[in-house]
Amino acid sequence: MDKVLLLTRREISAYFVSPIAYVAMALFLVIAGFFFALSDFRPGAPAAMRSIFDVMMVILVFVLPIITMRALSEEQKSGTIETLLTAPVTDVQVVAAKFLGSWLFFLAVLAPTLVFVVLLAAFSDPDYGPIASGYLGLALLGALYVAVGLLASSLTCNQVIAAVTAFVVLLMLAMVGPWLAAVAPPPWRGIIQNATIRKHYLDFSQGVVDLVHIVYFVALTAYALFLTVKVLESRRWR
Amino acid sequence: MSAMIEVTDLTKWYGPTLALDRASFTVEEGQIVGFLGPNGAGKSTTLRILTGFLPATSGQACVAGHDVLTDSLAVRRSIGYMPENVPLYTEMRVDEYLRFRAGLKDVPASKRREAVDRTVQRCWLTDVRRRLIGQLSKGYRQRVGLAEALVADPPVLILDEPTIGLDPAQIQAVRELIRSLAGKHTVLLSSHMLHEVERTCSRVVIIAEGRIAASGTFDELRENLADRQRVVLEVHPGDGGGGPAEIARAFAQVAGAGDVTHKNLGEGWLCVHVNPAGNADPREGLYSMVAKRGWRLREMRSEVPSLEELYVRITAGEAADADRPAA
Ligand SMILES: Nc1ncnc2c1ncn2[C@@H]1O[C@H](COP(=O)(O)OP(=O)(O)O)[C@@H](O)[C@H]1O
Ligand SMILES: [Mg+2]
Repeated sequence: MDKVLLLTRREISAYFVSPIAYVAMALFLVIAGFFFALSDFRPGAPAAMRSIFDVMMVILVFVLPIITMRALSEEQKSGTIETLLTAPVTDVQVVAAKFLGSWLFFLAVLAPTLVFVVLLAAFSDPDYGPIASGYLGLALLGALYVAVGLLASSLTCNQVIAAVTAFVVLLMLAMVGPWLAAVAPPPWRGIIQNATIRKHYLDFSQGVVDLVHIVYFVALTAYALFLTVKVLESRRWR
Repeated sequence: MSAMIEVTDLTKWYGPTLALDRASFTVEEGQIVGFLGPNGAGKSTTLRILTGFLPATSGQACVAGHDVLTDSLAVRRSIGYMPENVPLYTEMRVDEYLRFRAGLKDVPASKRREAVDRTVQRCWLTDVRRRLIGQLSKGYRQRVGLAEALVADPPVLILDEPTIGLDPAQIQAVRELIRSLAGKHTVLLSSHMLHEVERTCSRVVIIAEGRIAASGTFDELRENLADRQRVVLEVHPGDGGGGPAEIARAFAQVAGAGDVTHKNLGEGWLCVHVNPAGNADPREGLYSMVAKRGWRLREMRSEVPSLEELYVRITAGEAADADRPAA
Protein backbone atom coordinates (compact mmCIF):
# COMPACT_ATOMS: atom_id res chain seq x y z
CA MET A 1 0.00 0.00 0.00
CA ASP A 2 2.89 2.37 0.79
CA LYS A 3 4.22 1.76 -2.67
CA VAL A 4 0.85 2.33 -4.29
CA LEU A 5 0.68 5.72 -2.56
CA LEU A 6 4.24 6.54 -3.54
CA LEU A 7 3.53 5.68 -7.18
CA THR A 8 0.21 7.51 -7.09
CA ARG A 9 1.88 10.64 -5.82
CA ARG A 10 4.33 10.53 -8.70
CA GLU A 11 1.48 10.04 -11.19
CA ILE A 12 -0.37 13.07 -9.89
CA SER A 13 2.66 15.32 -9.87
CA ALA A 14 3.43 14.20 -13.41
CA TYR A 15 -0.07 15.36 -14.41
CA PHE A 16 0.43 18.75 -12.86
CA VAL A 17 3.50 19.42 -14.99
CA SER A 18 2.01 18.06 -18.21
CA PRO A 19 0.68 20.70 -20.62
CA ILE A 20 -1.71 18.23 -22.24
CA ALA A 21 -3.44 17.64 -18.92
CA TYR A 22 -3.99 21.36 -18.50
CA VAL A 23 -5.38 21.61 -22.00
CA ALA A 24 -7.82 18.79 -21.24
CA MET A 25 -8.74 20.44 -17.96
CA ALA A 26 -9.40 23.80 -19.60
CA LEU A 27 -11.35 22.18 -22.42
CA PHE A 28 -13.48 20.34 -19.92
CA LEU A 29 -14.24 23.38 -17.78
CA VAL A 30 -15.12 25.58 -20.76
CA ILE A 31 -17.50 22.99 -22.19
CA ALA A 32 -19.02 22.22 -18.79
CA GLY A 33 -19.44 25.93 -18.02
CA PHE A 34 -21.03 26.47 -21.39
CA PHE A 35 -23.61 23.74 -20.83
CA PHE A 36 -24.25 24.89 -17.29
CA ALA A 37 -24.90 28.48 -18.39
CA LEU A 38 -27.06 27.36 -21.26
CA SER A 39 -29.32 24.80 -19.63
CA ASP A 40 -29.11 24.72 -15.82
CA PHE A 41 -28.29 28.27 -14.90
CA ARG A 42 -30.98 30.36 -16.50
CA PRO A 43 -34.08 32.05 -15.24
CA GLY A 44 -37.00 29.67 -14.99
CA ALA A 45 -34.93 26.45 -14.97
CA PRO A 46 -35.23 24.25 -11.89
CA ALA A 47 -32.44 24.91 -9.41
CA ALA A 48 -30.61 21.68 -10.23
CA MET A 49 -27.67 20.42 -12.26
CA ARG A 50 -29.37 17.64 -14.16
CA SER A 51 -28.48 18.67 -17.68
CA ILE A 52 -24.87 19.30 -16.86
CA PHE A 53 -24.53 15.92 -15.14
CA ASP A 54 -26.21 14.15 -18.06
CA VAL A 55 -24.11 15.78 -20.72
CA MET A 56 -20.94 14.85 -18.82
CA MET A 57 -21.45 11.30 -20.02
CA VAL A 58 -20.60 12.54 -23.50
CA ILE A 59 -18.10 15.30 -22.68
CA LEU A 60 -15.92 12.93 -20.71
CA VAL A 61 -15.76 10.48 -23.62
CA PHE A 62 -13.69 13.16 -25.33
CA VAL A 63 -11.80 14.53 -22.34
CA LEU A 64 -10.73 11.53 -20.25
CA PRO A 65 -8.86 9.64 -23.00
CA ILE A 66 -6.67 12.74 -23.36
CA ILE A 67 -5.94 12.63 -19.65
CA THR A 68 -5.22 8.90 -19.44
CA MET A 69 -3.42 8.37 -22.75
CA ARG A 70 0.05 9.08 -21.37
CA ALA A 71 -0.29 6.89 -18.28
CA LEU A 72 1.28 3.70 -19.65
CA SER A 73 2.04 4.66 -23.27
CA GLU A 74 4.64 7.21 -22.27
CA GLU A 75 6.38 4.75 -19.96
CA GLN A 76 6.63 2.30 -22.84
CA LYS A 77 7.81 4.93 -25.28
CA SER A 78 10.54 6.38 -23.07
CA GLY A 79 11.56 2.98 -21.68
CA THR A 80 10.85 3.94 -18.07
CA ILE A 81 8.48 0.97 -17.98
CA GLU A 82 11.65 -1.10 -17.65
CA THR A 83 12.83 0.62 -14.48
CA LEU A 84 9.28 0.70 -13.17
CA LEU A 85 8.61 -3.00 -13.60
CA THR A 86 12.05 -4.13 -12.45
CA ALA A 87 11.62 -2.31 -9.13
CA PRO A 88 10.26 -4.50 -6.34
CA VAL A 89 6.62 -3.66 -7.05
CA THR A 90 3.92 -5.94 -8.41
CA ASP A 91 2.04 -5.30 -11.64
CA VAL A 92 -1.14 -4.93 -9.59
CA GLN A 93 0.42 -2.16 -7.50
CA VAL A 94 1.53 -0.37 -10.65
CA VAL A 95 -1.92 -0.50 -12.25
CA ALA A 96 -3.65 0.49 -9.00
CA ALA A 97 -1.41 3.53 -8.70
CA LYS A 98 -1.89 4.49 -12.33
CA PHE A 99 -5.63 4.28 -11.82
CA LEU A 100 -5.66 6.25 -8.58
CA GLY A 101 -3.39 8.91 -10.04
CA SER A 102 -5.56 9.48 -13.10
CA TRP A 103 -8.82 9.25 -11.20
CA LEU A 104 -7.72 11.68 -8.48
CA PHE A 105 -6.54 14.05 -11.17
CA PHE A 106 -9.97 13.75 -12.77
CA LEU A 107 -11.59 14.59 -9.42
CA ALA A 108 -9.31 17.61 -9.18
CA VAL A 109 -10.45 18.67 -12.65
CA LEU A 110 -14.01 18.24 -11.45
CA ALA A 111 -13.55 20.32 -8.31
CA PRO A 112 -13.93 23.74 -9.97
CA THR A 113 -17.46 22.74 -11.04
CA LEU A 114 -18.46 23.07 -7.39
CA VAL A 115 -18.62 26.77 -8.27
CA PHE A 116 -21.81 25.90 -10.14
CA VAL A 117 -23.33 24.68 -6.87
CA VAL A 118 -22.31 27.90 -5.15
CA LEU A 119 -23.86 29.93 -7.97
CA LEU A 120 -27.10 27.99 -7.76
CA ALA A 121 -27.20 28.44 -3.99
CA ALA A 122 -26.61 32.18 -4.35
CA PHE A 123 -29.50 32.72 -6.74
CA SER A 124 -32.00 30.11 -5.65
CA ASP A 125 -32.65 27.28 -3.28
CA PRO A 126 -31.33 24.06 -4.88
CA ASP A 127 -32.16 20.55 -3.79
CA TYR A 128 -28.84 19.19 -2.60
CA GLY A 129 -29.79 15.49 -2.74
CA PRO A 130 -29.67 15.03 -6.52
CA ILE A 131 -26.58 17.21 -6.70
CA ALA A 132 -24.71 14.96 -4.26
CA SER A 133 -25.87 11.78 -5.99
CA GLY A 134 -25.03 13.39 -9.34
CA TYR A 135 -21.46 13.92 -8.21
CA LEU A 136 -21.31 10.33 -6.96
CA GLY A 137 -22.44 9.16 -10.39
CA LEU A 138 -19.86 11.39 -12.02
CA ALA A 139 -17.07 9.97 -9.85
CA LEU A 140 -18.12 6.41 -10.77
CA LEU A 141 -18.43 7.30 -14.45
CA GLY A 142 -14.97 8.89 -14.35
CA ALA A 143 -13.54 5.76 -12.72
CA LEU A 144 -14.84 3.58 -15.54
CA TYR A 145 -13.61 5.95 -18.25
CA VAL A 146 -10.20 6.18 -16.60
CA ALA A 147 -9.94 2.37 -16.37
CA VAL A 148 -10.81 2.00 -20.07
CA GLY A 149 -8.28 4.72 -20.91
CA LEU A 150 -5.58 2.92 -18.92
CA LEU A 151 -6.31 -0.35 -20.67
CA ALA A 152 -5.93 1.40 -24.02
CA SER A 153 -2.67 3.05 -23.00
CA SER A 154 -1.24 -0.25 -21.80
CA LEU A 155 -1.67 -1.65 -25.31
CA THR A 156 0.50 0.81 -27.21
CA CYS A 157 3.47 3.13 -26.84
CA ASN A 158 1.73 5.67 -29.07
CA GLN A 159 -0.33 8.17 -27.06
CA VAL A 160 -2.51 9.16 -29.98
CA ILE A 161 -3.44 5.56 -30.70
CA ALA A 162 -4.14 5.05 -26.99
CA ALA A 163 -6.47 8.07 -26.87
CA VAL A 164 -8.32 7.09 -30.05
CA THR A 165 -8.76 3.49 -28.88
CA ALA A 166 -10.19 4.62 -25.54
CA PHE A 167 -12.37 7.14 -27.32
CA VAL A 168 -13.83 4.51 -29.67
CA VAL A 169 -14.52 2.03 -26.86
CA LEU A 170 -16.18 4.67 -24.68
CA LEU A 171 -18.18 5.93 -27.62
CA MET A 172 -19.50 2.41 -28.11
CA LEU A 173 -20.42 2.08 -24.45
CA ALA A 174 -21.93 5.53 -24.02
CA MET A 175 -23.53 6.34 -27.35
CA VAL A 176 -23.61 3.51 -29.86
CA GLY A 177 -25.00 1.21 -27.14
CA PRO A 178 -28.17 3.24 -26.57
CA TRP A 179 -28.66 3.61 -30.31
CA LEU A 180 -28.30 -0.15 -30.81
CA ALA A 181 -30.79 -0.73 -28.02
CA ALA A 182 -33.27 1.45 -29.82
CA VAL A 183 -33.05 -0.38 -33.14
CA ALA A 184 -32.44 -3.94 -31.93
CA PRO A 185 -35.26 -6.55 -31.98
CA PRO A 186 -37.14 -6.85 -28.67
CA PRO A 187 -35.35 -9.76 -26.92
CA TRP A 188 -32.02 -8.01 -27.45
CA ARG A 189 -33.27 -4.57 -26.67
CA GLY A 190 -33.45 -5.11 -22.91
CA ILE A 191 -30.08 -6.83 -22.70
CA ILE A 192 -28.24 -4.15 -24.66
CA GLN A 193 -30.01 -1.41 -22.78
CA ASN A 194 -28.94 -2.86 -19.45
CA ALA A 195 -25.35 -3.04 -20.64
CA THR A 196 -25.15 0.62 -21.66
CA ILE A 197 -23.67 3.34 -19.52
CA ARG A 198 -26.66 5.58 -20.11
CA LYS A 199 -29.02 3.15 -18.44
CA HIS A 200 -26.97 3.11 -15.24
CA TYR A 201 -25.73 6.66 -15.21
CA LEU A 202 -28.78 8.85 -15.74
CA ASP A 203 -30.52 7.82 -12.52
CA PHE A 204 -27.81 9.41 -10.40
CA SER A 205 -28.58 12.96 -11.52
CA GLN A 206 -32.23 12.40 -10.55
CA GLY A 207 -31.25 11.62 -7.00
CA VAL A 208 -31.60 7.84 -7.37
CA VAL A 209 -28.71 5.86 -5.91
CA ASP A 210 -29.34 2.25 -6.92
CA LEU A 211 -26.93 -0.43 -5.75
CA VAL A 212 -27.21 -2.12 -9.15
CA HIS A 213 -25.87 1.00 -10.82
CA ILE A 214 -22.97 1.23 -8.39
CA VAL A 215 -22.13 -2.43 -8.90
CA TYR A 216 -22.26 -1.93 -12.68
CA PHE A 217 -19.65 0.82 -12.60
CA VAL A 218 -17.42 -0.78 -9.98
CA ALA A 219 -17.47 -4.16 -11.72
CA LEU A 220 -16.71 -2.77 -15.19
CA THR A 221 -13.94 -0.57 -13.77
CA ALA A 222 -12.40 -3.52 -11.95
CA TYR A 223 -12.63 -5.64 -15.09
CA ALA A 224 -10.85 -3.06 -17.24
CA LEU A 225 -8.12 -2.74 -14.60
CA PHE A 226 -7.81 -6.52 -14.40
CA LEU A 227 -7.28 -6.63 -18.17
CA THR A 228 -4.66 -3.89 -17.85
CA VAL A 229 -2.74 -5.99 -15.34
CA LYS A 230 -2.96 -8.93 -17.74
CA VAL A 231 -1.58 -6.81 -20.57
CA LEU A 232 1.40 -5.82 -18.41
CA GLU A 233 1.92 -9.45 -17.47
CA SER A 234 1.66 -10.53 -21.09
CA ARG A 235 5.15 -9.19 -21.78
CA ARG A 236 6.14 -12.37 -20.00
CA TRP A 237 4.84 -14.57 -22.78
CA ARG A 238 5.00 -12.21 -25.73
CA MET B 1 32.92 -17.16 -2.57
CA SER B 2 29.58 -18.10 -3.96
CA ALA B 3 27.86 -17.45 -7.26
CA MET B 4 25.74 -14.30 -7.15
CA ILE B 5 24.50 -14.69 -10.69
CA GLU B 6 24.03 -18.12 -12.17
CA VAL B 7 22.76 -18.59 -15.68
CA THR B 8 22.11 -22.07 -17.01
CA ASP B 9 21.15 -22.93 -20.58
CA LEU B 10 19.24 -19.72 -21.04
CA THR B 11 17.38 -19.61 -24.35
CA LYS B 12 15.20 -16.80 -25.65
CA TRP B 13 13.14 -16.70 -28.80
CA TYR B 14 11.50 -13.46 -29.93
CA GLY B 15 8.87 -15.04 -32.12
CA PRO B 16 11.00 -16.63 -34.85
CA THR B 17 14.25 -14.89 -33.82
CA LEU B 18 16.65 -16.78 -31.60
CA ALA B 19 18.26 -14.14 -29.39
CA LEU B 20 19.87 -16.41 -26.79
CA ASP B 21 21.01 -19.95 -27.42
CA ARG B 22 21.66 -22.06 -24.30
CA ALA B 23 23.81 -19.43 -22.64
CA SER B 24 25.47 -20.41 -19.35
CA PHE B 25 27.81 -18.44 -17.11
CA THR B 26 28.28 -17.49 -13.48
CA VAL B 27 29.36 -14.37 -11.67
CA GLU B 28 30.97 -14.75 -8.25
CA GLU B 29 30.23 -12.48 -5.35
CA GLY B 30 32.15 -9.20 -5.27
CA GLN B 31 33.40 -9.40 -8.85
CA ILE B 32 33.07 -6.91 -11.63
CA VAL B 33 32.33 -8.85 -14.76
CA GLY B 34 32.14 -7.48 -18.27
CA PHE B 35 29.50 -8.91 -20.57
CA LEU B 36 31.06 -8.32 -23.94
CA GLY B 37 29.58 -8.79 -27.36
CA PRO B 38 28.81 -7.00 -30.62
CA ASN B 39 25.49 -5.24 -31.14
CA GLY B 40 22.62 -7.69 -31.36
CA ALA B 41 24.56 -10.45 -29.60
CA GLY B 42 21.93 -10.82 -26.89
CA LYS B 43 23.41 -8.80 -24.01
CA SER B 44 20.36 -6.67 -23.27
CA THR B 45 18.12 -9.69 -23.61
CA THR B 46 20.15 -11.56 -21.00
CA LEU B 47 20.14 -8.61 -18.61
CA ARG B 48 16.39 -8.15 -19.02
CA ILE B 49 15.84 -11.78 -18.15
CA LEU B 50 18.08 -11.44 -15.09
CA THR B 51 16.12 -8.42 -13.87
CA GLY B 52 12.78 -10.15 -14.38
CA PHE B 53 11.62 -7.74 -17.10
CA LEU B 54 11.39 -10.53 -19.66
CA PRO B 55 11.00 -14.27 -19.22
CA ALA B 56 13.36 -16.72 -20.84
CA THR B 57 11.92 -19.24 -23.28
CA SER B 58 13.80 -21.98 -21.44
CA GLY B 59 16.69 -22.38 -19.06
CA GLN B 60 17.30 -21.01 -15.60
CA ALA B 61 18.73 -17.91 -14.04
CA CYS B 62 19.36 -17.19 -10.36
CA VAL B 63 20.41 -13.92 -8.77
CA ALA B 64 21.52 -13.82 -5.13
CA GLY B 65 20.17 -17.34 -4.73
CA HIS B 66 16.67 -16.56 -6.00
CA ASP B 67 15.16 -17.84 -9.22
CA VAL B 68 14.30 -14.92 -11.52
CA LEU B 69 11.02 -16.47 -12.59
CA THR B 70 9.56 -17.93 -9.42
CA ASP B 71 11.03 -15.48 -6.94
CA SER B 72 11.06 -12.32 -9.03
CA LEU B 73 10.36 -9.85 -6.21
CA ALA B 74 13.26 -11.15 -4.10
CA VAL B 75 15.54 -10.90 -7.13
CA ARG B 76 14.40 -7.36 -7.89
CA ARG B 77 15.01 -6.37 -4.27
CA SER B 78 18.64 -7.39 -4.55
CA ILE B 79 19.33 -5.75 -7.91
CA GLY B 80 20.17 -2.23 -9.01
CA TYR B 81 19.52 -2.07 -12.75
CA MET B 82 20.44 0.54 -15.28
CA PRO B 83 18.80 -0.25 -18.63
CA GLU B 84 20.33 0.64 -21.97
CA ASN B 85 19.82 4.33 -22.85
CA VAL B 86 19.00 5.13 -19.21
CA PRO B 87 15.27 5.84 -19.23
CA LEU B 88 14.35 8.50 -16.64
CA TYR B 89 11.35 10.63 -15.73
CA THR B 90 12.43 13.89 -17.32
CA GLU B 91 9.90 16.03 -15.47
CA MET B 92 11.34 15.16 -12.06
CA ARG B 93 14.20 16.79 -10.21
CA VAL B 94 17.29 14.67 -9.59
CA ASP B 95 16.91 14.30 -5.82
CA GLU B 96 13.14 13.98 -6.07
CA TYR B 97 13.60 11.10 -8.50
CA LEU B 98 16.18 9.38 -6.33
CA ARG B 99 14.00 9.72 -3.24
CA PHE B 100 11.06 8.26 -5.15
CA ARG B 101 13.12 5.30 -6.37
CA ALA B 102 14.59 4.74 -2.91
CA GLY B 103 11.03 4.46 -1.58
CA LEU B 104 10.08 1.97 -4.31
CA LYS B 105 13.11 -0.08 -3.39
CA ASP B 106 12.15 -0.44 0.27
CA VAL B 107 14.54 2.10 1.77
CA PRO B 108 12.67 3.11 4.96
CA ALA B 109 11.29 6.67 4.93
CA SER B 110 13.63 7.78 7.73
CA LYS B 111 16.72 6.68 5.78
CA ARG B 112 15.79 7.98 2.35
CA ARG B 113 17.27 11.43 2.70
CA GLU B 114 20.55 9.97 3.86
CA ALA B 115 20.57 7.39 1.06
CA VAL B 116 19.94 10.09 -1.53
CA ASP B 117 22.64 12.38 -0.10
CA ARG B 118 25.13 9.55 -0.13
CA THR B 119 24.49 8.51 -3.74
CA VAL B 120 24.33 12.10 -4.97
CA GLN B 121 27.81 12.64 -3.59
CA ARG B 122 29.10 9.34 -4.80
CA CYS B 123 27.94 9.96 -8.36
CA TRP B 124 29.09 13.62 -8.47
CA LEU B 125 25.60 14.98 -8.79
CA THR B 126 25.75 17.54 -6.00
CA ASP B 127 25.74 20.54 -8.38
CA VAL B 128 22.69 19.36 -10.27
CA ARG B 129 20.60 17.72 -7.56
CA ARG B 130 17.90 20.41 -7.76
CA ARG B 131 17.80 20.43 -11.57
CA LEU B 132 15.13 18.85 -13.75
CA ILE B 133 16.39 15.59 -15.23
CA GLY B 134 15.12 16.64 -18.67
CA GLN B 135 17.54 19.57 -18.67
CA LEU B 136 20.64 17.52 -17.90
CA SER B 137 23.30 16.55 -20.42
CA LYS B 138 23.74 12.94 -21.46
CA GLY B 139 26.68 12.48 -19.10
CA TYR B 140 24.74 13.70 -16.10
CA ARG B 141 21.73 11.57 -16.99
CA GLN B 142 23.97 8.55 -17.16
CA ARG B 143 25.15 9.36 -13.62
CA VAL B 144 21.57 9.78 -12.45
CA GLY B 145 20.90 6.30 -13.84
CA LEU B 146 23.88 4.95 -11.93
CA ALA B 147 22.80 6.76 -8.78
CA GLU B 148 19.33 5.26 -9.16
CA ALA B 149 20.84 1.77 -9.41
CA LEU B 150 22.94 2.44 -6.30
CA VAL B 151 20.50 4.30 -4.11
CA ALA B 152 19.17 1.29 -2.21
CA ASP B 153 22.69 -0.13 -1.89
CA PRO B 154 21.81 -3.45 -3.56
CA PRO B 155 24.26 -6.38 -3.51
CA VAL B 156 24.01 -6.87 -7.28
CA LEU B 157 24.33 -4.20 -9.98
CA ILE B 158 23.35 -4.84 -13.56
CA LEU B 159 24.40 -2.09 -15.94
CA ASP B 160 23.57 -2.18 -19.65
CA GLU B 161 26.21 -0.26 -21.62
CA PRO B 162 26.89 2.22 -18.82
CA THR B 163 29.41 4.36 -20.71
CA ILE B 164 27.87 4.43 -24.17
CA GLY B 165 27.55 7.95 -25.58
CA LEU B 166 29.78 9.61 -22.98
CA ASP B 167 32.83 11.74 -23.73
CA PRO B 168 36.26 10.46 -22.63
CA ALA B 169 36.39 12.39 -19.34
CA GLN B 170 32.93 11.17 -18.38
CA ILE B 171 33.84 7.60 -19.34
CA GLN B 172 36.85 7.87 -17.07
CA ALA B 173 34.70 9.07 -14.17
CA VAL B 174 32.05 6.38 -14.60
CA ARG B 175 34.76 3.73 -14.88
CA GLU B 176 36.31 4.85 -11.62
CA LEU B 177 32.96 4.81 -9.92
CA ILE B 178 32.28 1.27 -11.10
CA ARG B 179 35.71 0.07 -10.05
CA SER B 180 35.13 1.51 -6.58
CA LEU B 181 32.18 -0.88 -6.21
CA ALA B 182 34.33 -4.02 -6.37
CA GLY B 183 34.23 -6.24 -3.31
CA LYS B 184 31.10 -4.80 -1.75
CA HIS B 185 28.91 -5.20 -4.80
CA THR B 186 28.70 -7.75 -7.57
CA VAL B 187 28.60 -5.97 -10.91
CA LEU B 188 27.65 -7.30 -14.33
CA LEU B 189 28.05 -4.65 -17.00
CA SER B 190 27.59 -5.04 -20.70
CA SER B 191 29.64 -3.40 -23.41
CA HIS B 192 30.48 -3.89 -27.04
CA MET B 193 34.01 -2.54 -26.63
CA LEU B 194 36.83 -4.79 -25.44
CA HIS B 195 39.12 -2.05 -24.12
CA GLU B 196 36.24 -0.69 -22.10
CA VAL B 197 35.73 -4.00 -20.34
CA GLU B 198 39.47 -4.58 -20.02
CA ARG B 199 39.87 -1.38 -18.01
CA THR B 200 36.93 -1.83 -15.69
CA CYS B 201 36.41 -5.53 -15.13
CA SER B 202 38.33 -8.38 -13.60
CA ARG B 203 36.59 -11.00 -15.69
CA VAL B 204 34.78 -11.14 -18.97
CA VAL B 205 32.01 -13.19 -20.55
CA ILE B 206 31.99 -12.90 -24.34
CA ILE B 207 28.72 -13.46 -26.16
CA ALA B 208 28.17 -13.65 -29.90
CA GLU B 209 24.97 -14.46 -31.74
CA GLY B 210 23.29 -15.52 -28.52
CA ARG B 211 25.98 -17.99 -27.53
CA ILE B 212 28.67 -17.65 -24.89
CA ALA B 213 31.90 -17.72 -26.90
CA ALA B 214 34.41 -17.42 -24.06
CA SER B 215 34.64 -16.49 -20.42
CA GLY B 216 37.25 -16.08 -17.72
CA THR B 217 39.83 -13.58 -16.51
CA PHE B 218 41.82 -11.73 -19.14
CA ASP B 219 44.90 -13.81 -18.26
CA GLU B 220 42.97 -17.02 -18.71
CA LEU B 221 41.75 -15.85 -22.08
CA ARG B 222 45.31 -14.99 -23.12
CA GLU B 223 46.51 -18.41 -22.01
CA ASN B 224 43.84 -20.02 -24.10
CA LEU B 225 44.89 -17.88 -26.98
CA ALA B 226 48.46 -19.17 -26.64
CA ASP B 227 47.12 -22.54 -27.81
CA ARG B 228 45.71 -20.90 -30.85
CA GLN B 229 49.00 -19.58 -32.20
CA ARG B 230 49.09 -18.79 -35.80
CA VAL B 231 52.05 -19.90 -37.93
CA VAL B 232 53.59 -17.36 -40.29
CA LEU B 233 55.83 -18.63 -43.09
CA GLU B 234 57.72 -16.90 -45.85
CA VAL B 235 58.24 -19.28 -48.74
CA HIS B 236 59.40 -19.21 -52.37
CA PRO B 237 58.27 -21.89 -54.82
CA GLY B 238 61.85 -22.05 -56.13
CA ASP B 239 62.46 -23.74 -59.51
CA GLY B 240 59.82 -26.40 -58.85
CA GLY B 241 57.14 -23.83 -59.75
CA GLY B 242 53.63 -23.67 -58.36
CA GLY B 243 51.61 -20.50 -57.97
CA PRO B 244 50.65 -18.80 -54.71
CA ALA B 245 47.19 -20.31 -54.75
CA GLU B 246 48.60 -23.81 -55.08
CA ILE B 247 50.97 -23.23 -52.15
CA ALA B 248 48.14 -21.97 -49.97
CA ARG B 249 46.01 -24.98 -50.91
CA ALA B 250 48.85 -27.36 -50.08
CA PHE B 251 49.29 -25.80 -46.64
CA ALA B 252 45.59 -25.93 -45.95
CA GLN B 253 45.69 -29.73 -46.44
CA VAL B 254 48.33 -30.22 -43.73
CA ALA B 255 46.96 -31.98 -40.65
CA GLY B 256 45.99 -29.42 -38.00
CA ALA B 257 45.82 -26.45 -40.35
CA GLY B 258 42.68 -24.32 -40.42
CA ASP B 259 42.19 -21.37 -42.73
CA VAL B 260 45.15 -20.09 -44.68
CA THR B 261 45.74 -16.62 -46.04
CA HIS B 262 48.63 -15.44 -48.17
CA LYS B 263 50.19 -12.27 -49.43
CA ASN B 264 52.76 -11.63 -52.18
CA LEU B 265 55.98 -10.09 -50.93
CA GLY B 266 57.51 -9.62 -54.39
CA GLU B 267 60.23 -11.49 -56.29
CA GLY B 268 58.30 -14.72 -55.89
CA TRP B 269 58.28 -14.65 -52.09
CA LEU B 270 55.03 -15.35 -50.35
CA CYS B 271 53.94 -14.69 -46.78
CA VAL B 272 51.49 -17.34 -45.58
CA HIS B 273 49.40 -17.21 -42.39
CA VAL B 274 48.18 -20.57 -41.21
CA ASN B 275 45.57 -20.59 -38.44
CA PRO B 276 45.39 -23.82 -36.48
CA ALA B 277 42.21 -25.85 -36.54
CA GLY B 278 41.06 -25.80 -32.94
CA ASN B 279 43.96 -26.42 -30.59
CA ALA B 280 45.99 -28.50 -33.05
CA ASP B 281 49.63 -27.77 -33.82
CA PRO B 282 50.33 -27.84 -37.57
CA ARG B 283 53.98 -26.68 -37.41
CA GLU B 284 55.68 -30.00 -38.08
CA GLY B 285 53.37 -30.86 -40.94
CA LEU B 286 53.93 -27.45 -42.49
CA TYR B 287 57.67 -27.91 -42.44
CA SER B 288 57.45 -31.40 -43.97
CA MET B 289 55.33 -29.98 -46.75
CA VAL B 290 57.95 -27.34 -47.50
CA ALA B 291 60.72 -29.94 -47.51
CA LYS B 292 58.78 -32.42 -49.66
CA ARG B 293 57.98 -29.85 -52.34
CA GLY B 294 61.50 -28.44 -52.33
CA TRP B 295 60.27 -24.90 -51.64
CA ARG B 296 62.63 -22.32 -50.21
CA LEU B 297 61.87 -21.15 -46.68
CA ARG B 298 63.33 -18.00 -45.15
CA GLU B 299 61.15 -17.50 -42.11
CA MET B 300 58.78 -19.54 -39.94
CA ARG B 301 57.42 -18.15 -36.69
CA SER B 302 54.44 -18.42 -34.34
CA GLU B 303 52.20 -15.48 -33.55
CA VAL B 304 49.85 -15.25 -30.59
CA PRO B 305 46.73 -13.35 -31.61
CA SER B 306 45.79 -10.43 -29.37
CA LEU B 307 42.57 -10.38 -27.38
CA GLU B 308 41.42 -7.68 -29.72
CA GLU B 309 41.93 -10.00 -32.67
CA LEU B 310 40.13 -12.82 -30.94
CA TYR B 311 37.22 -10.50 -30.20
CA VAL B 312 37.12 -9.27 -33.78
CA ARG B 313 37.05 -12.85 -34.99
CA ILE B 314 34.28 -13.72 -32.58
CA THR B 315 32.44 -10.61 -33.68
CA ALA B 316 32.79 -11.64 -37.28
CA GLY B 317 31.23 -14.94 -36.30
CA GLU B 318 34.30 -17.03 -37.11
CA ALA B 319 35.45 -18.36 -33.77
CA ALA B 320 31.95 -18.82 -32.46
CA ASP B 321 31.47 -22.19 -34.07
CA ALA B 322 34.99 -23.63 -33.79
CA ASP B 323 35.65 -25.33 -30.48
CA ARG B 324 36.11 -22.28 -28.36
CA PRO B 325 38.31 -21.59 -25.40
CA ALA B 326 36.19 -21.78 -22.31
CA ALA B 327 37.51 -21.31 -18.81
N1 LIG C 1 11.66 -7.05 -28.38
C1 LIG C 1 12.29 -7.71 -29.35
N2 LIG C 1 11.59 -8.30 -30.34
C2 LIG C 1 12.21 -8.97 -31.32
N3 LIG C 1 13.52 -9.13 -31.42
C3 LIG C 1 14.30 -8.57 -30.48
C4 LIG C 1 13.72 -7.83 -29.39
N4 LIG C 1 14.72 -7.39 -28.61
C5 LIG C 1 15.87 -7.84 -29.17
N5 LIG C 1 15.62 -8.55 -30.29
C6 LIG C 1 16.63 -9.23 -31.14
O1 LIG C 1 17.37 -10.09 -30.33
C7 LIG C 1 18.75 -10.02 -30.65
C8 LIG C 1 19.54 -9.64 -29.41
O2 LIG C 1 19.25 -8.31 -29.07
P1 LIG C 1 19.87 -7.59 -27.79
O3 LIG C 1 19.71 -8.48 -26.62
O4 LIG C 1 19.25 -6.24 -27.70
O5 LIG C 1 21.39 -7.46 -28.19
P2 LIG C 1 22.55 -6.53 -27.60
O6 LIG C 1 22.05 -5.89 -26.35
O7 LIG C 1 23.68 -7.46 -27.37
O8 LIG C 1 22.87 -5.52 -28.64
C9 LIG C 1 18.88 -9.03 -31.78
O9 LIG C 1 18.94 -9.76 -32.97
C10 LIG C 1 17.62 -8.23 -31.72
O10 LIG C 1 17.24 -7.79 -33.00
MG1 LIG D 1 21.85 -3.92 -25.93
